[in-house]
Amino acid sequence: MNARLLALLLLCLPGFATAQGFAGLGTDAQGFAVPDPAHRLSFPADHGAHPEFRIEWWYLTATLTGEDGRDYGIQWTLFRSALAPYEAEGWASPQLWMAHAALTTPDRHFVAERRARGGIGQAGVSAEPFLAYLDDWEMRATAPGIVALSLSARGQDFSYALTLEAQGPLVLQGDQGYSVKSRDGHASHYYSQPAYDVTGTLTLPDGPVRVTGQGWLDREWSSQPLSGTQSGWDWFSLSFEGGEKMMGFRLRDTAGDFTAATWISPDGSAEALPEGALSVEPLTTSQVAGRGVPTRWRLDLPAKGLSVDVTALNPQAWMTTSFPYWEGPVTITGSHAGKGYLEMTGY
Amino acid sequence: MLLDIDKVSRIYPGAERPVLNHVSLRLDACETLALTGESGSGKSTLLHLAGALDHFDAGEIRLDGQAYSPLDDAGRAALRRGPVALVFQQFNLVPSLTVAQNLAFHARLGGRHDPAWTAHLAERLGLGALPDRYPETLSGGQQQRVAIGRAMALRPRLLLADEPTGNLDEATGDAVLDLMLELVAETGAALLLVTHSERIAARLSRRVHLTKGDIR
Amino acid sequence: MIAAALGALLSHWRRQPGQFATLVLGLALATALWSAVQAINAEARASYARAAAQLGGDAGLVLKARSGAIPLATYVALRRAGWQVSPVLEGRTRIGQTSLRILGVDGLTYPVMPASETTDATDPAAILLPPGRLFVTPATAEALANAPDLPPRITTPDLPEGVALTDIGTAERLLARTGEITRLLVLPDQPAGLPPLSQLAPDLELSETGQGDVARLTDSFHLNLTAFGLLSFAVGLFIVHGTAGLAFEQRRAMFRTLRALGLPARTLTLLVLGELLALALLSGLLGLVLGYFVAAVLLPDVAATLRGLYGAPVEGGLTLRPAWVASGLGMAVGGALLAGVQGVVKVARMPILAAPGLLAWSGAARRGRWRMALAGPALMLGGVLALWQVGGLLGGFMLLGGLMLGAALLLPPLLAGLLALGGRCATGVTGQWLLADLRAQLPGLTLALMALLLALATNVGVGTMVSSFRLTFTGWLDQRLTSELYIYAESDRQGAALEDWLRPRTEAVLPIRYAEAELAGAPGRIYGIVDHATYRDNWPIIAAAPGGWDRVADSTGVLVNEQLARREGLWPGTTLTLGPGWQAEVVGVYSDYGNPNAQAIVAMPALLAHVPNVPNRQFGIRIAPEKAPTLAAELRAAFDLPETSVVDNAAVKAASLAIFEKTFVVTAALNVLTLGVAGFAILTSLLTLWTMRLPHVAPVWAMGMTRKALARIEILRSLALAGLTALLALPLGLVLAKVLLDVINVTAFGWQLPMYLFPLDWLRLLALALLAGALAAALPATRLRRLPPADLLKVFAHER
Ligand SMILES: Nc1ncnc2c1ncn2[C@@H]1O[C@H](COP(=O)(O)OP(=O)(O)O)[C@@H](O)[C@H]1O
Ligand SMILES: [Mg+2]
Repeated sequence: MNARLLALLLLCLPGFATAQGFAGLGTDAQGFAVPDPAHRLSFPADHGAHPEFRIEWWYLTATLTGEDGRDYGIQWTLFRSALAPYEAEGWASPQLWMAHAALTTPDRHFVAERRARGGIGQAGVSAEPFLAYLDDWEMRATAPGIVALSLSARGQDFSYALTLEAQGPLVLQGDQGYSVKSRDGHASHYYSQPAYDVTGTLTLPDGPVRVTGQGWLDREWSSQPLSGTQSGWDWFSLSFEGGEKMMGFRLRDTAGDFTAATWISPDGSAEALPEGALSVEPLTTSQVAGRGVPTRWRLDLPAKGLSVDVTALNPQAWMTTSFPYWEGPVTITGSHAGKGYLEMTGY
Repeated sequence: MLLDIDKVSRIYPGAERPVLNHVSLRLDACETLALTGESGSGKSTLLHLAGALDHFDAGEIRLDGQAYSPLDDAGRAALRRGPVALVFQQFNLVPSLTVAQNLAFHARLGGRHDPAWTAHLAERLGLGALPDRYPETLSGGQQQRVAIGRAMALRPRLLLADEPTGNLDEATGDAVLDLMLELVAETGAALLLVTHSERIAARLSRRVHLTKGDIR
Repeated sequence: MIAAALGALLSHWRRQPGQFATLVLGLALATALWSAVQAINAEARASYARAAAQLGGDAGLVLKARSGAIPLATYVALRRAGWQVSPVLEGRTRIGQTSLRILGVDGLTYPVMPASETTDATDPAAILLPPGRLFVTPATAEALANAPDLPPRITTPDLPEGVALTDIGTAERLLARTGEITRLLVLPDQPAGLPPLSQLAPDLELSETGQGDVARLTDSFHLNLTAFGLLSFAVGLFIVHGTAGLAFEQRRAMFRTLRALGLPARTLTLLVLGELLALALLSGLLGLVLGYFVAAVLLPDVAATLRGLYGAPVEGGLTLRPAWVASGLGMAVGGALLAGVQGVVKVARMPILAAPGLLAWSGAARRGRWRMALAGPALMLGGVLALWQVGGLLGGFMLLGGLMLGAALLLPPLLAGLLALGGRCATGVTGQWLLADLRAQLPGLTLALMALLLALATNVGVGTMVSSFRLTFTGWLDQRLTSELYIYAESDRQGAALEDWLRPRTEAVLPIRYAEAELAGAPGRIYGIVDHATYRDNWPIIAAAPGGWDRVADSTGVLVNEQLARREGLWPGTTLTLGPGWQAEVVGVYSDYGNPNAQAIVAMPALLAHVPNVPNRQFGIRIAPEKAPTLAAELRAAFDLPETSVVDNAAVKAASLAIFEKTFVVTAALNVLTLGVAGFAILTSLLTLWTMRLPHVAPVWAMGMTRKALARIEILRSLALAGLTALLALPLGLVLAKVLLDVINVTAFGWQLPMYLFPLDWLRLLALALLAGALAAALPATRLRRLPPADLLKVFAHER
């Protein structure tokens, strides 16, 4: 594939084009619906697609341990990007789909990407029964809602097939699922299922490995979650050994960084912490794909007595996709121990 | 009179003073003349002029009444493979030719090769056993004898020799000189021999001394 | 100390700027030649790949429906099963008087998209949502300027004329073919463990993109250039070796003096090595610039060829490829080091007080000659052994290398022998001296002459190969592609309709029907033909039984292609099993260049009787050639056939010939360049020998040979050496051609080409070699002619 093609494809995906801010998330939302703080999420309808919003994703990560005792991580993401705020039949559909799958080991990182047009049945999401798919990659409910899922994807040199069972309730991020992303009021609708038990099989070039672990699903949709001065984000989903969990992110902004966090108790009840309560600080920078990317972090959340170091399992977990970013499993040490996932964009 | 050097001057380009300043010298047929002088006094230069190897800046040189100045390159070359032959201190054999080929070379160039005479010369010079050797493999004395043979094979009227024994030890030099004088006498050639050795000069019929560009 | 020593080393170059220039230029020219060939090859490959990818996607494989269009649902089903395929909808639409070919693709999955000249205008929403956009060339855009009902146009240089590339959704609307797909490109990266296609989509069949023939032709172009690159490398290496080696020889005295003055051998060696590297880098860079220039001059021809082939404008410009730069610099540095190792070792081992070797022309040279006389045949033998033991393309190239290097090593002893022989026969004194002198000079000229030998042999070899190739191939094209038009129907039904439509309009419609079959245990094809004069008159038969065509017609005989005949020994008289209970006697063998597989030809009734459901979709059309283009246009219009479905034979032939013409131009230009470089090497050597020559020339001059005569002899000498080398190069070149045609070509493509000889070319080459020799000697000769006597006299006056 040549660079020109890549450029054109990026243009074809306006929601992710590098126009302004990371992947163009800061563009204006003409004709598209805007997240509404008064909106109350309703399920199962909101598990499905929201074509009237510009962008949306079904984002699943899992930290896994193999029978062989080694640590693994997988990612399964379906992105939706709309050229116009409606859906149509056939090639005339303005809905574009893209999926990313990754499998991370301490020393390897496998990536695959798929793209599809909406309207022809090659990709899409239905709410009930829940099914998100692109080509043969699927996230499919095996029970009502998204309590139990089967998940599969394959690339040229890897594949995985996993089953997921939720161990707690859905978590509405921010204010009842309205998640503010900048001081100017940019926001998205955002909920998670942070407590899946995962079992299944990873297939690597060396052969299959049976794994078990923890999964975390993020669901988010918006039309302009980034402000024009924001260059990228650092996003953490952490599961501690005591049963608590935390979602936290930093949006890097020329006008001062913006952080937010949600603290989830072992029983699944969530508490949104005010802006600035979480502080994140890069400790170690690794050379990844020709650029410097922080792969060890210090996170402090004094309100919860949290002070931890977060370290990448494999610093080279670079997603060599149409728009490249870093995504991989992490290990937590310090006041709390555990595992999690880290995503970093805009480096 | 065979050779007439008449008030000849030579100034090398870029030099302050002339090497030869109105030098006159005459040589009769059958005469042997020694030209002595300090190193750098111009002996070789004079010899080269007599051999039509180089141009002079003033005066005239005649060989058998034939003036040198009107001659072009070809005329001068013809002179060198006809009546005049040269023997150098460094022998200057043609390294790519064998002894036999070297001996005959000059005469053949001049179109007056006489195989019998050349063979005779080879015997006289003690080279009979070495016809197929290359110059590099010969001793200095042997090389100079080839050079003398090469010159005499032409049966020149005038033999010009520039310190022919200068590179040889005394005994070898004397032997070579003897041979040369004998052959010159035998063919009736005239000899102009440059040397700085009094002993050698004394063996020739006449001698002149060159200092500061002039004959004394 | 080091600074002083370096100063002394470099002062040589300051005092001899001419020598410095020749050394640098020699190295630079060798690098330039090498890198020019590399650049052209790389660029041509990249261009082919680009052009091929543009039209077909570089997928190589496509899926087509056995009849009609592919339903959208089939595409989605394949995708949902994991198959990575990309849909293409192709068709024609009429815009006023002109017809526009619409190529609809899915921009998200199509492997290659063109660059627009107006990137700002390419808003993805505009492209993907109605009314959409059309990508066209500026010329096509011009032609469509007044078309009111078309979507807006975006211009790009990357497309053929008359084609509009657009989103598949836009194409559906323009062609009114909603939900249809013409073909699916099979993308190169497929995940493992996919369900088989036959199960998922039994109505689809897999085929190669229709550029196989063209690809084979271009392969020949590349083989030619690759061989040339290799040979030019050898020539270059000799030149580099020569120039670098001479740079050592010239400073032998200085090295001794430096050593005598207390410079350690190690330091000196390192200094010399450093100097060598610096020189190599400098020259290499210069050579790259030169090579780039040469390539840039030659490349438009290559680009023009591609344009003729694909109808697609391909950039004639050159991109600086890192691999190319690296290979050029590597060649310069590697070559200089290879050449220098000898010199550096000599410096390291050199005794301080060796007698200044007057001219190493006698003993040492003679011993060296013997070594070469032994090493040469050994290398050749090694090459033959390599072919035998290693085999394949690598073995072939090793044989090539062994032959060339071995011959080069054999050159000095051969030349010395010839000169000795001549010396014995020569009677004139001048001639004798000339020959003796030649022999004496030989060691100093050896490397330059070796380079000349290789250049000349390359010239003969590559020239013979290209010419033979062209002659054979054009002959074969004439024989095999006798029909004026070739037609590919999309289905059997369309095939039948086409046949009916064509019959009254043409002289003959020759169905081309075949079945895949196993022939003598290997995959192959059985063709059925109707009995027609076209075959009897033109088919390229190389071995035939009497009445062969009649035997084919009455279904008792079969024709096989050369590949099958050679592999299985199936010559006329033998029997071939075509299928269960189906045997026929081989009654003829035909040449079938460009096809690696087995093939057999039987009568159409026989084929149809033994194989059910043989597709009937290809036809050869006999018609007066001048009527062919009109018929093709009518046919396309009447059946709405895509561009590739009607092939005008004249166009195919013209495209093939264009390739060879351009190959000729490029080959000829490179040949002249190689010769020029070799000539330059001779000049360099002669100039270097210049100072050593005076002691040889001066006594001869003193004995009455004019400078004019000496100058003449100087030229004669060079002419004689060049001429002799050319004579020796001829057989080597022919052997080289034989290896290229019979070994390299056979291993690379699986078929053998007859070798044709072109004696006129040899004469031209001899003249060129003589010209190179004369030109190389011109400068030294002129110098000799004008040399002041005083300079010659210095030989006598000065101590040597
Ligand atoms: N080709 C020449 N160019 C310039 N000067 C020269 C040349 N040949 C000789 N000389 C100078 O002329 C002078 C006489 O030289 P030469 O005739 O060789 O002397 P001799 O043979 O008596 O030793 C010397 O000073 C010498 O340096
Ligand atoms: Mg002197």
